[in-house]
Amino acid sequence: MSIWEYANPKKFMALSGRVLPWVTGLAVLSLGAGMVWGFFLTPDDYKQGSTVKIIYIHVPAASAAINAWAVMLIASLVWIIRRHHVSALVAKAAAPVGLTFTLIALVTGAFWGQPMWGTWWAWDPRLTNFLIFALFYLGYIALWEAVENPDTAADLTGVLCIVGSVFALLSRYAVLFWNQGLHQGASLSMDAQENVSDVYWIPLVICIAGFELLFLALVLVRARTEIRRRRAQALMARERLA
Amino acid sequence: MIALLVRDLRLAFRAGGGFGLGLAFFLLVAVLVPLGVGPEGGTLGKIAPGILWVGALLSCLLSLDRIFALDFEDGSLDLLATSPLPMEGAVAVKAFAHWLVTGLPLTLAAPVLGVLLYLPPDGYGWLVLSLFLGTPALSVIGAFGAALTVGVKRGGLLLSLLVLPLYVPTLIFGAEVVKRGAAGMEVATPLALLAAITAGAAGLLPFASAAAIRVNLR
Amino acid sequence: MEMRVSDLAVQRGGIVVLEGLSFTLPPGRALVLRGPNGVGKTTLLRTLAGLQPAVAGQVSIPAESLAYASHADGLKATLSVAENLSFWAAVYGTTLVETALEGMNLIALRNRWAASLSAGQKRRLGLARLLVSGRPIWVLDEPTVSLDAASVALFAGAVRAHLAAGGAALMATHIDLGLDEAEVLDLSPFRATSRSARQDAGFQEAFL
Repeated sequence: MSIWEYANPKKFMALSGRVLPWVTGLAVLSLGAGMVWGFFLTPDDYKQGSTVKIIYIHVPAASAAINAWAVMLIASLVWIIRRHHVSALVAKAAAPVGLTFTLIALVTGAFWGQPMWGTWWAWDPRLTNFLIFALFYLGYIALWEAVENPDTAADLTGVLCIVGSVFALLSRYAVLFWNQGLHQGASLSMDAQENVSDVYWIPLVICIAGFELLFLALVLVRARTEIRRRRAQALMARERLA
Repeated sequence: MIALLVRDLRLAFRAGGGFGLGLAFFLLVAVLVPLGVGPEGGTLGKIAPGILWVGALLSCLLSLDRIFALDFEDGSLDLLATSPLPMEGAVAVKAFAHWLVTGLPLTLAAPVLGVLLYLPPDGYGWLVLSLFLGTPALSVIGAFGAALTVGVKRGGLLLSLLVLPLYVPTLIFGAEVVKRGAAGMEVATPLALLAAITAGAAGLLPFASAAAIRVNLR
Repeated sequence: MEMRVSDLAVQRGGIVVLEGLSFTLPPGRALVLRGPNGVGKTTLLRTLAGLQPAVAGQVSIPAESLAYASHADGLKATLSVAENLSFWAAVYGTTLVETALEGMNLIALRNRWAASLSAGQKRRLGLARLLVSGRPIWVLDEPTVSLDAASVALFAGAVRAHLAAGGAALMATHIDLGLDEAEVLDLSPFRATSRSARQDAGFQEAFL
């Protein structure tokens, strides 16, 4: 039983229908548990106070945003190479979710930065990268909406995703280069290598898992909706022909 | 393919507005920014590299949607697609024609505008060099965006949205070259990266653009 | 130099419009496509020209032997007649500009800008482009739109000469050109029925 079986829309609908309630349930559970634990059951940071707890939303959202683009890239490649329509629709479905996570990351980043820097925005490399990333998402979504023929839209957005991925990587390095000269005292980059003690780490991992599950649930729901919409359009078109 | 280049150049010059429009816009930017920011020499001189690069970038954007849209509307693109000319070559030639008509004049006019913006004397050479190396990338990347949106009615705004994130690396490295050069610092890294992006884009993007056009002609 | 098509199926907007189409176009013959509007004449011609992929079937055309003319002219308004033609001559690698100008009676107009031509003259210029291409098989979509009777006769003469020289022509037109060598192919019998659901036709079909 190969994974390509699920390229068939009917099989995809069947499998995703069975899986969706579980994924949604798990997502709600992990997000709930992670956030409650993170926000209420961990001590305040001696430096940043309680605002550091926004990492329980910021970091998972940021990581999910990047994963969303990775999913789009893989789905676009599968569409272009193997022409599986479900794949193209998964890419289309993932984009608005990814955009939303990017925006959440940006907003929570601003909220995090404000008490520390006194400004609502800073051209920190991480935030700048996410701002540009949001533009990539917007362009991708806009192209899907602008082209009428679904096959054409799938092909064009697939090519855009691939080219865009290369440029997104280039952008990332360019922005890092661009920001080198500035000394950012407390950068927002919260890597695992920084002093994150276990106390913070475990609820963070749970929240990250929760966001990923949420992403999966949302993409499945949106993909199923897209598939239903296409089926309705196909039936109507067949009606018109007959 | 030379014939295509000659034809496109002829069309650009005869249509009017292609050649002068970009330059006029570039001039506009160089005039409006000081009016908006204030005439203080220190400020202007510091942001001059960025203003000049952003101005060049926006001026290039203006004429991008004409690269393919005109041919698409009157059926020439269909005819080019069924001709012996490979679409990748046609795209590369059209991007080159766009650069000759837009990017190159901007590069040559930039030093004059640098004077308006108090660009430090050391920066002029780097300004011209960075624009010379970077504006071809703007044309090639722009052609890719134009290829994607050629079938979209009034796709100019969508084209800008698609293309601007792709312009970010070129913009950053190009402006860095001028900034660092003007301050007498070492410019090898951004210069090399700028050139690399242009070379890579010019070599690879025509294939993606040609694919997009073929999809749009279906 | 013949075009052979067997069991061809073509699609438009994700739906199969024609299927099971087979015909042969030998040199010296012309084939006129007929059928109601929307049956798929343009789609078929575009597929044969290579602008769209076929859904099924075989098309065998010798390489580099086809020239396509759509109902849009492809003329550049700000170039002269001669400049338009010499561009295409350069693209196709021929030197047939003078022959084409003569054949379509455009010598007197050679230096006029295409923008100042009448509709009929523009059509003739579009057809002159075919002559310039030097290719044996012509695929024409509504070539006689907006031509007056005299120009239609001129066009028919040009096609006749082309066929006599061993070329072939496949065209979609409602007008009777009076060509003896032309057969008529009615596309109505080849309309795709709604029972044919093909997986690879495009989005619409795949979801049924």
